[in-house]
Amino acid sequence: MLKKIRTIAAGAVFILCTLLFLDFTGLAAKWFGWLAKIQFLPAVLAVNAGVVLALVLLTLVFGRLYCSIICPLGIFQDIAARSFKGWRKKHKKFYNWSPEKKWLRYGVLVIFIILLIAGFSAVTALIAPYSSFGRIAQNLFAPVWLWGNNLCAWIAEKAGGFAFEHKEVWIRSLPTFIIASVTFAVLVFLAARNGRTYCNTICPVGTVMSFFSRFAIFRPFFDTSKCSNCHLCEKNCKAACIDVDNHKIDYSRCVDCFDCIDTCKRGAIRYMPFWKAKQTEAQEVKKSVPAKDSGRRAFIGTSALVLGSLTLKAQDKKVDGGLATVLGKKVPERETPLVPFGALSVKDFYQHCTACQLCVSQCPNGVLRPSTSLEHLMQPEMSYERGWCRVECNRCAQVCPSGPIRNYSIEEKTTMHIGVAKVNLDLCVVNRDGVSCGNCSRHCPSGAILMVRKDPSDKDSLRIPTVDESRCIGCGACEFLCPSRPLSAIRVNGLKVHRRD
Amino acid sequence: MSGFMDRRDFLKTAGAGALAVGTTSLTGCSFSSDKRDEVSGDAEMQMRTSPKNGEKVSLLGYGCMRWPMKKGEDGKDHIDQEAVNEMVDYAYRNGVNYYDTSPAYLQGQSEEAAGIALSRYPRESYYIATKLSNFNNFSREAGLKMYRDSQKALRTDYFDYYLLHAIGTSGFEGFEERYINNGLLDFLLEEREAGRIRNLGFSFHGRKAVFDQFMELHEKYHWDFVQIEMNYVDWEHAKVPENVNADYLYEELAKRNIPATIMEPLLGGRLAKLPDAIAEKMKEREPQMSIASWAFRFCGSYPNILTVLSGMSSMDPLIENVETFSHFKPLNDEEKAFLMEMANLMEDYPTVPCTACSYCMPCPYGIDIPTIFRHYNDHVNSGEIAQSCEQDHFQRLKRRYLVSYDRAVETVRQADHCIGCGQCRPKCPQSIDIPRALRRIDRYVENLKRETL
Repeated sequence: MLKKIRTIAAGAVFILCTLLFLDFTGLAAKWFGWLAKIQFLPAVLAVNAGVVLALVLLTLVFGRLYCSIICPLGIFQDIAARSFKGWRKKHKKFYNWSPEKKWLRYGVLVIFIILLIAGFSAVTALIAPYSSFGRIAQNLFAPVWLWGNNLCAWIAEKAGGFAFEHKEVWIRSLPTFIIASVTFAVLVFLAARNGRTYCNTICPVGTVMSFFSRFAIFRPFFDTSKCSNCHLCEKNCKAACIDVDNHKIDYSRCVDCFDCIDTCKRGAIRYMPFWKAKQTEAQEVKKSVPAKDSGRRAFIGTSALVLGSLTLKAQDKKVDGGLATVLGKKVPERETPLVPFGALSVKDFYQHCTACQLCVSQCPNGVLRPSTSLEHLMQPEMSYERGWCRVECNRCAQVCPSGPIRNYSIEEKTTMHIGVAKVNLDLCVVNRDGVSCGNCSRHCPSGAILMVRKDPSDKDSLRIPTVDESRCIGCGACEFLCPSRPLSAIRVNGLKVHRRD
Repeated sequence: MSGFMDRRDFLKTAGAGALAVGTTSLTGCSFSSDKRDEVSGDAEMQMRTSPKNGEKVSLLGYGCMRWPMKKGEDGKDHIDQEAVNEMVDYAYRNGVNYYDTSPAYLQGQSEEAAGIALSRYPRESYYIATKLSNFNNFSREAGLKMYRDSQKALRTDYFDYYLLHAIGTSGFEGFEERYINNGLLDFLLEEREAGRIRNLGFSFHGRKAVFDQFMELHEKYHWDFVQIEMNYVDWEHAKVPENVNADYLYEELAKRNIPATIMEPLLGGRLAKLPDAIAEKMKEREPQMSIASWAFRFCGSYPNILTVLSGMSSMDPLIENVETFSHFKPLNDEEKAFLMEMANLMEDYPTVPCTACSYCMPCPYGIDIPTIFRHYNDHVNSGEIAQSCEQDHFQRLKRRYLVSYDRAVETVRQADHCIGCGQCRPKCPQSIDIPRALRRIDRYVENLKRETL
């Protein structure tokens, strides 16, 4: 019964969490955005004391339920493990008890905390559970979802309907895509063979939770009088935390999946408050069997996995012969990276960001993508080749769970400054083609681009764009709509510290 | 230069267009005969007689400007020759004997395709009209080469009808530059003398003054025919002063007994897709007749017209037009007055008067001008333009407009990318201020997106 409840709750959370990353309409984000905000690490980074306290309390009362029904990466591993159940049976590979790898767990946690404080968020994002899930969902699940959507859109278009619109599928950052693929492969591999290895050796959140779960009020307990030492529970324990021979359960690693309770035919394991538990293990002390070598679980070196076949480069649509060729835009170099409206500063943004990719997957304008720079690897940055940061949109701020993008109202957007445009007159078509243009100025939502006479002595002179730095908000309308290709003649540089009027 | 854009022009993409040609032959038979090859009953194609030599010309002429294109293996567009042959066969068998092309049409492929399709029939059984479309290079050599290339492409050593192309768009000076200073007109007059041009004329878009000058030149050159834009909207509502009302053009020609050939009888298909309120009125009067047939009947009802050109891009409009001109019913005065009333009503709609002739294309900055206008006009005509964010169904209108806009036009070819350089402006035979019209649409789209209408 408990297992059923757990499965249903976990299934619902997993579907909704995944939808959060897949649904581009913003509906899921609106209704279920809170699911991202109750994730432990984002809550810590957002200094969301309420959520952190609630999660700690939850763990103190019920154990690591968080890992079973709230953490999407945990549920994802359960799904992977479940899918390979047949394979394990066929090859007679069952889970079994193994002692806690203390040095690994605590070592990773200590390093993780140090890196977090030092601001090496690219490394922390590699192992943080919610970030890993977001990465997988955004890079691997979302394309499948979008292709499905595009098939529907194609059908809708043929049928003249408007229920579906076409969405472009493109790889926003190749390194992030590769890392996501590797993360996916490693996690599925580990989960298929040994269940929750990641959660109990690497995951820093899991380790933090384990401090509290040891003392949880409700825990699964052995009733040794009923136990027949059949080892069925141990063989089904994905956390490898049941030591049947000693009738011991390592509560620091138990994720409250209740599989043991469900599999035990004799009802020898029960989930109950500790004061009800009959501590009878002492009567039947047996010497413990040494755990098998778990060196195979060391997986940190496996990131060398090459996924060359997966470089599905996003293809640009072919142009009609009756139309002039339009070159794609190149990403310009920006001295300071552009980070979203709602961030306080570049530094603050990258310090708080968990690289969960939620904003990237939600951005309807193709502006946000994971950074490829080593320093901020996988954390989002903005660029304006596919669109600009439209003034009526604050989707990223609405979904951001860990606080780097603070929520703001649409009305405020044009009072916030995240960057400043700079004109390269050598590229400007007014100079290059000798035509009149002013498309940047026409579309600037803050009126920051002044068209001035190229030749001040000639009153009919063509006009060239100049930027009023005090007004420029950095939205990139000018850069996106600039006719100069492949490099725009006007490009936005980020501001290190964002400013408000 | 002709005016029937495929009404089902969501089939704009070449592949789909070709597919349509394959399938519409099945669906297009709305009349009683089982055989698609012949028109129902004992009807015959309406013919007109040329005053010059008594030749019988079909009142429906085939405009070769809007044939379907297919993407070739080289990634470029090529005319779907199979579809063209099938359509020409149908037209030919049903009495259409006037084929109007130009070296400029369909990215320069129209003449060749027409030559392939028509050369399968005896040369004397059809009339070819083509043009000296020297828009860029005004040199004599380039003009002569264009003339000879037309002969080669059309597989002929004489032209039945030959036109100075698009007189008026560049003023009288443009005419002098293109045809007088380089002696090309003299050459063409000699060719007429020699019988290699059997009728010499010009097609006209532009201001009244230029047209008047050309009427005076009639004394000197004896135009055998003149091609004008005529339909029930342009009759009294052409965009003056850049254009001339068709009633004036027609009367001036009739007065001099110069036969007129008609282009844009449908305004590039716009008169086949009318605002709902107007379409309803037409259907009330003639429930069985297509909206487009009104426009053809209007042109055909004037006696001094030799042929009405329609750029039929697929079998559907071809079959329908053959039907219209085979059971031709001229309009009576009351019906003409009714159409004038409809033309008046149309003035109230903010459509862009684009006929999708694509003379403005390719835009050097990649904007897909005709498609942006067509998409906008379609929404105006079906009453799906939002007036205010507060109105009922605003979200539905917004979504429909934006989703279909992205489907019709690639993002980088949409109106917001127009830089307003104005290179398209002089090329438009309808004298549309294209950058301004694009800006108007861009503003509407921005207002939809920001919900600031």
